[in-house]
Amino acid sequence: MVNIIWGIFIIVGSIYAIVMGKAEVLNNTILESAKDSLEMLFKIFPVMALWLGIMNIASVSGLLKKISDKLSKVLRVLFPDIPKGHESLSLIASNIVINMFGLGSAATPFGLKAMEKLQELNHKKDTASRSMITFLVINTSGVTIVPTTVISLRMMYGSLNPTEILLASLLATAISTTVGIIIDRWLARRYG
Amino acid sequence: MVSVISNLIIPLMVLLVILYGLFKKVDIYDAFVDGAKDSFDMIAKIFPCILGMLLGVNILLNSGLLDYIFNLLRPVLSFPVEVLPMIFLRPISGTTTLAILNDLLANYGPDSFIGRLASVIQGATDTTLYVLTLYFGSVGIKKIRYSLWAGLAADVAGIVSAIILVGLFFGN
Repeated sequence: MVNIIWGIFIIVGSIYAIVMGKAEVLNNTILESAKDSLEMLFKIFPVMALWLGIMNIASVSGLLKKISDKLSKVLRVLFPDIPKGHESLSLIASNIVINMFGLGSAATPFGLKAMEKLQELNHKKDTASRSMITFLVINTSGVTIVPTTVISLRMMYGSLNPTEILLASLLATAISTTVGIIIDRWLARRYG
Repeated sequence: MVSVISNLIIPLMVLLVILYGLFKKVDIYDAFVDGAKDSFDMIAKIFPCILGMLLGVNILLNSGLLDYIFNLLRPVLSFPVEVLPMIFLRPISGTTTLAILNDLLANYGPDSFIGRLASVIQGATDTTLYVLTLYFGSVGIKKIRYSLWAGLAADVAGIVSAIILVGLFFGN
């Protein structure tokens, strides 16, 4: 999927630029993209390090586990197919908690492990189970309390108040997740 | 009021983590340094993706093709067309929308309506297609059933509420 999209971007963009007589712009764009990507990385790097540090304190002190345990209880309602005390539930909870802090890539290892455990419960190994779909719908609707990267970018571009968007972002993500769960329930009932 | 609450979320979170760590007698400083060290690995992992995506996105954006298309749409939309590329690419690639957000913040400023809207859109949803591909792929699931539809519905809900909320909170 990404292959096709990336290819289309480059091919369509290049052809349009050349046809419109903007070969020079195209030339500069190709060369400067490399420099831009490094600049962008430098913007994300320090904030990412900061949050990974804070998150590690939460992880070592057991706070993360405590929150996941609490969350597991709520999650049981959403995942009726998972047997009580099954490991997948706490992995799902950890994944969601880390995602809440806007650290998507740090959450991925927990998420993949959770999928592995859900696959053990799955009867048809090539077909997504109901629990898997519910998990991924919650995951992709992006339950984020602190969009770490967004705030760091706003800070770098000199926002007078980088975190002013937090409340709007929190509400939007809550609505997105709620709608996702409702649609998931509805489709699950429809397709069994 | 909105900005007071927003401004408190991060400090309170940090405070909670530190206090809980001290309470549990954890070497909080060592834990912090250890965790921060992992950022090197992560940065090394995402750099090639950012480089590749920026190349593709910049070529498309600078070619002027999107401007042409979005200008056609401008009269029928009630929000700035500048965020359209983000909306369409959000479910496909996180790094791409991050690159576009980067561009929008640089060009219009983080405190402009466009800057705020783009920030909220980025924070409110996630990359559905990427996540489904990665997670289902990792356990060999081929039939993904209705998951894509449920995921995209959540994205649409997130983006629509982002547009409404930013309009409400920050005015147009």
